[in-house]
Amino acid sequence: MIPLSYYLILSGIVFLTGVVGVLLRRNIIIILLSVELMLNATNINFVAFSQYFHDVAGQVFVFFALTVAAAEVAVGLAIIIALYRAKSTINIDELQLLKW
Amino acid sequence: MELAFFIYFAGVIAATSVLVVATRNPIYSAIALLIMFFHVAGLYVTLHAEFLAAVQIIVYAGAILVLYLFVVMLLNLRQDDRYHRQWPIAAAVGVTLVVEALILTVMKGWTTPVVAAGTETTVGGTSNAGAIGDVLYSTYLFPFEVASLILLVATIGAIMLAKKDIGGDEPQINIQHSEPQ
Repeated sequence: MIPLSYYLILSGIVFLTGVVGVLLRRNIIIILLSVELMLNATNINFVAFSQYFHDVAGQVFVFFALTVAAAEVAVGLAIIIALYRAKSTINIDELQLLKW
Repeated sequence: MELAFFIYFAGVIAATSVLVVATRNPIYSAIALLIMFFHVAGLYVTLHAEFLAAVQIIVYAGAILVLYLFVVMLLNLRQDDRYHRQWPIAAAVGVTLVVEALILTVMKGWTTPVVAAGTETTVGGTSNAGAIGDVLYSTYLFPFEVASLILLVATIGAIMLAKKDIGGDEPQINIQHSEPQ
């Protein structure tokens, strides 16, 4: 049986990669992809704990996280399309309307 | 044997997640994410969550990633994307988190597998999908209904956001948006 800490380390690495991607990249689509990485890292944690504690509730929560991820992608990509139509760019350095 | 599978899946997941962030072209990022989703599904199979592995492939690889690729290709991006100006701050945050995680791991040592007495088992008499269904439609019935409401709101919101303005004088790019599920 693989120790639980291996799964936690893997999930930590993936989550950290997602955080760095959100902070580092300027393409707004890559930022959304990095958010997906972070969601998947938490899902790995949920499933690993669900297996180790023999409780199926963790897998149910992964199911709900999947729903939220699908909704987030639909709305996020719609916002990106609206943004591109208005500004003709998806580079976040050029989207500074809220900056003062 | 189990460990070999885990090392393979974990290695590919870590490598592709770094590729998602590191590649310049958004399409390559999306393809790397696709490979990562498949290997996460494989990891779920080794954790005896077969139903979630199937859902992961159908929803993530089948719906979400196709939507991403649609948008990437519709927007027809030039490859002038460089890293953000504040990358030293991002590197500092990342290094701090890595050091913190290492310190915590070394101080706490390795955990031994704890088997708690849960109420529902995933590997009981019924199948994995059956166990999830039993819990989902009884204990978590209300969150399930809320999730369906979230999906409805997301559907309507995506259509409203992405549709063209009627009579607007902004440049019309003729983009049509497709929905997941």
